Amino acid sequence: MAAEPSPRFDSVQQVRDGLRDLDYLADDGIAGVAYLADRLGKPVLVEGPAGTGKTQLAKSIAELTGARLVRLQCYEGLDESKALFEWNYKKQLLRIQADRSSDSWAEVHDDIFSDEFLLTRPLLEAITADDPVVLLIDEVDRVEVETEALLLEILSDYQVSIPELGTIEAKQIPLVFLTSNNTRELSEALKRRCLYLHVDYPSLDREREIVLAKVPGVTENLAEQIARIVRSIRSLDLKKAPSVSETLDWARTLMLLNIETIDEETAKETLHILLKYQTDIAKAAKELSVDE
Amino acid sequence: MSLTEPRSMLDLLNGFVTQLREAGLPVSLTENLDAMEAVQHIPLEDREAFKYALGATLVKNQAHWRSFETVFEVYFSLRGPEYALTEATGDSDLDELWREMQDQSQAGDGSGGAGSLDALTPEEIAHLLMQALMNGDQALMRALAKQSVQRFAGMEPGRPVGGTYYLYRTLRNLDLDGMLEKMMQAMAERGESASGLEQRLEREEYEHRIGEFKAEVEAEIRRRLVADRGAEAMAKTLRKPLPEDVEFMHASREEMQSLRKALQPLTRKLAARLARKRRHGRRGPLDFRNTVRHSLSYGGVPAEPKFKYPRPAKPELMVVADISGSVAAFARFTLMLVYAISNQFSKVRSFVFIDGIDEVTDYFKSTEDIAEAIHRVNTEADVVWVDGHSDYGHAFEVFWDRHGREIGPKTTVLLLGDARNNYHASQSWVVKEIRAKARHVYWLNPEPRSYWNTGDSIVGEYGAHTDGIFECRNLRQLESFVEKLA
Repeated sequence: MAAEPSPRFDSVQQVRDGLRDLDYLADDGIAGVAYLADRLGKPVLVEGPAGTGKTQLAKSIAELTGARLVRLQCYEGLDESKALFEWNYKKQLLRIQADRSSDSWAEVHDDIFSDEFLLTRPLLEAITADDPVVLLIDEVDRVEVETEALLLEILSDYQVSIPELGTIEAKQIPLVFLTSNNTRELSEALKRRCLYLHVDYPSLDREREIVLAKVPGVTENLAEQIARIVRSIRSLDLKKAPSVSETLDWARTLMLLNIETIDEETAKETLHILLKYQTDIAKAAKELSVDE
Repeated sequence: MSLTEPRSMLDLLNGFVTQLREAGLPVSLTENLDAMEAVQHIPLEDREAFKYALGATLVKNQAHWRSFETVFEVYFSLRGPEYALTEATGDSDLDELWREMQDQSQAGDGSGGAGSLDALTPEEIAHLLMQALMNGDQALMRALAKQSVQRFAGMEPGRPVGGTYYLYRTLRNLDLDGMLEKMMQAMAERGESASGLEQRLEREEYEHRIGEFKAEVEAEIRRRLVADRGAEAMAKTLRKPLPEDVEFMHASREEMQSLRKALQPLTRKLAARLARKRRHGRRGPLDFRNTVRHSLSYGGVPAEPKFKYPRPAKPELMVVADISGSVAAFARFTLMLVYAISNQFSKVRSFVFIDGIDEVTDYFKSTEDIAEAIHRVNTEADVVWVDGHSDYGHAFEVFWDRHGREIGPKTTVLLLGDARNNYHASQSWVVKEIRAKARHVYWLNPEPRSYWNTGDSIVGEYGAHTDGIFECRNLRQLESFVEKLA
């Protein structure tokens, strides 16, 4: 394994302040786990509802540490040739045909299974990189349970075994973030190797801060109102509760419409930005207007 | 507690992990080691950071977080004389020191008014609390929570009563629901012309603060109990069950909500597992044509038998559920679960009864929103015949008259209820007839097994005619039953 790296962060507070400067408002849990991930050299499994800033966390951490973000988007049917590595068959074929006569078979064999003919995919790229990287494995719950096993070696030992070449070890231990929308239970083996972080919808205060930070020109008063209404809507029993990104979209829309205080009418007219199902919109509109 | 010494830290953490495991959380050895390493990087004075470090390494499921928090608070609870129930008589020097330190830190965070609070009348306390809630004054709220517990809970050392009792006593004296109305009124009187929307938001803000206050009271009671009886003894009583272990019949409103949240991912997982079982589970019957065709490559010898793609029949399901007050929650969860995975059954029909019976299948068919369907079941279904007390006999009789002929050999009938029949006639012949026609008849009972056939429960009489009675008190049991079914 690679030499003990120097820690990237000095304290939890430093992570928190650093992220704040990048307009990512972390709470105690988020900053604390990011700090621990660096100290322990362990991957972080980030779980939570869609649109609460899980992917953004990885991006912001990359920016904060000045690292390159290597991203592996997971989907059903992902296999090792897309995630780890692949042999460049065409190039190998050309190599064999190029000088058929001169080399013995053994030489050619050794030759075509070398670094030159290896196509690195995100996971391999992340551990062989010379510059600092942050590896983001996005929506890991989309791959099948069997495919999860692909990730285990790299997550626990930061190495990749290639049958023809042997084991490739990491030159440095990258920060690794896995995100999951919790559409299925991840395997115990995967969870055991990771630190666990649950990112939920933000509290009222934090959401207001996020709106203030992300939407230029919004007034303190409007941000407070937005955060309160969104909290109110989230407490309803909806198919899909509004996410943080939808809150921000809504705030931006209100800014474009030059609205300074939200009344029932404007709220109802712009609900379709927060909610994406007709039944949800109808329900929320009803709840917001008929109060008594 | 000297946390700095590595040896004692190890013991402390081991004890904590044991407590977690006893609460039902799965903690593996590697996770335990990770936690040990993690806390070395965290300043121990920072309680929150300490908690998050342990949480990130030990708890890998959001549904378990609440249980973890409770165990954490009890295990690493603050111990000090200010939590003692009566004035301690034999104060040692150490205790004196403790008290001094506490006083100082209290003065520091501005809640040092606790001393002056002692002199107030209950009315004044209520008024102060209302002020604190309206202004969102956290420090005052905390001080008042402390004061109310001391005053109203009537805690006595060594008395074997759970925390809920004290919580109830404290809150009853404060009348928080009435306070919410008063707060709304006060806001209206203040002359701020509030629209419907603003009023709603304001009310929710107050409700939120009241919720916070309640949590503070609960925490205070817990601290005092721990101080009285010791962390080890209290860990067991204060432990919060995991959502999948919460009993339907005794769930609080809050627990109900977490149950509902737990149900969704559970149905998704269950459906995926069942679908996989169908696809991969069994081999179909021999495919004669395919086998002969492949035998040609072996010179006509059928060396490689081919099988048909398995297509196991999906069961038809009829759910007959008691929705009288005592078991309504249980029936609701079963119906929700069944409809959420209804693509695993070829047909689902559901009936609900109290003393009359009504079919509610259409309520679920017509909407995708299960919550709304449940609401319609509760408000629109015609289930009361005479007095609205459970009468299984009459309900079954009507069911048999109206729908008996629709039960076929593919049908599985699920009967849900506690079989508490209020001493009416049982009409158990209906169940017997149903079993003769249906593929299976199962009875699900949300009561603990030891209560069966006591009082007016006649589950045994019905059960004799079914293929099995299952105790179904929590989500875990319900899940394993449904898996068996499909």
